[in-house]
Amino acid sequence: MSRAREGARVPAPLLVPATVGVLFLALPLVGLLIRTPWSQLVPQLTAPGVGQALRLSLVSATLATLLSLLLGVPLAWVLARSRARGRAVLRALVTVPLVLPPVVGGVALFLVLGRQGIVGSWLDDAFGITIPFTTTAVVIAETFVAMPFLVISVEGALRAADARFEEVAATLGAGRWTTFRRVTLPLVAPGIAAGAVLCWARALGEFGATITFAGNFPGTTQTMPLAVYLALQRDPDAAIVLSVLLLVVSLGTLLLLRDRWVGRAGAA
Amino acid sequence: MLVAAAALSLTACSGSPAPPGEEVEGTLTVFAAASLTDAFTELGEQLEEENPGLDVQFSFAGSSALATQITQGAPADVFASANETQMSVVTAAGLADGDPEVFTRNVLRIAVPEGNPAGVTGLDDFAREDLALAVCAPAVPCGAAAEKVFASAGVAARPDTLEEDVRAALTKVELGEVDAALVYASDVAAGGDAVEGIAFPEAERAVNDYPICVLASAPNPTAARAFVDLVLSAEGRRVLTDAGFLAP
Repeated sequence: MSRAREGARVPAPLLVPATVGVLFLALPLVGLLIRTPWSQLVPQLTAPGVGQALRLSLVSATLATLLSLLLGVPLAWVLARSRARGRAVLRALVTVPLVLPPVVGGVALFLVLGRQGIVGSWLDDAFGITIPFTTTAVVIAETFVAMPFLVISVEGALRAADARFEEVAATLGAGRWTTFRRVTLPLVAPGIAAGAVLCWARALGEFGATITFAGNFPGTTQTMPLAVYLALQRDPDAAIVLSVLLLVVSLGTLLLLRDRWVGRAGAA
Repeated sequence: MLVAAAALSLTACSGSPAPPGEEVEGTLTVFAAASLTDAFTELGEQLEEENPGLDVQFSFAGSSALATQITQGAPADVFASANETQMSVVTAAGLADGDPEVFTRNVLRIAVPEGNPAGVTGLDDFAREDLALAVCAPAVPCGAAAEKVFASAGVAARPDTLEEDVRAALTKVELGEVDAALVYASDVAAGGDAVEGIAFPEAERAVNDYPICVLASAPNPTAARAFVDLVLSAEGRRVLTDAGFLAP
């Protein structure tokens, strides 16, 4: 709460719930840290497969975030700016992965992209491509679950952004694509960054859709959450160490990126 | 004295039938291995019919996940494990009321999608790289049994996925996403028409004993005893055999 001294003082009615909120979110983390068997830290972290799972998690979550940016930012623009009918339905569709239990999402992905799936069977017949049980499947499952976080953040940023800048650009002769690239994108860059962070974090922690659609195999599809879950079956201490490792790496990455992005966004 | 103690320990878990006057009612919470889903659901419904005031709740999951939940204080009345290892996690923590009793056994079967599209014939096919294959993770009982079977048969298995529990492996067969999975005989029975089972001789080398017990901290010990009695009764055995399990 020392930050209050620098900025605005926190009104008392906000202070209490805010403190409870912080404790509620932080105490489970403290619990994990208390239970961490520090003496086992090094042997657990250097155990075979841990580095592999961590690398796979970081790579697949990053790829899922890039894919979400590629597809999600344009989708957010359509939701926020286009006047097409059926936008309400479209928005509801985007939130489907948020309400769907991830395991069900995994089964749904099978029904579309699996060997017997609507698209998957065609991919298999025409190109001999099968997606389940591959790293590609991990990225797809994570993107499916995480992209809505990005879309909703960016849509919110677009709605909050002043549309008059875009109108002025148009009156000065800029085409719609130029306006999007040169005006809209820089305007909502902080929103996109925040959405990408949320999306990355969600993808990193993804479990249900991944283990269903991509399966679990060390090196190709076993991400950290899957490794943690299976370690929990055998050795709860190992699971705690792995969880703490995942938390440290993800929080570290987010803090690092946050500083850079916030700085850039401020300069822009 | 010794005999009395022995007799006590023998009956401690299964318990004697609930003494008259003690109503079997309230909520009964049974933690049971995922493979018991169909058989126990049926037995639970029977017990509910016999005791109108009773509500039987099940938590079906991998035995190891359940054992962890119980040692973490989950309010369960009965624990039925798919192997002795996970039951020993609970007994070692002093959480079982008496000695667990083995009530059924299960062997592995190869499950293939209807029509066996990949033409799987035996355990050797699990070494084929061109097939999509699912096996349980070694940390869960069906995976431990699978490792034992592969080792004793000298098969270098090449699974594409190590499933977190046996039902997850079965689901992938039902969806036709794998060509074969190693599951329990009972799961093949549960899979219905979408799944075909292939027996293989090496399965005899990894027979899983299923122990059951009332938990020491059971919120509803009377109903817990009644349920364990039913599982161990002739009727319980009939239901389990129908579901593809073997007699203990």
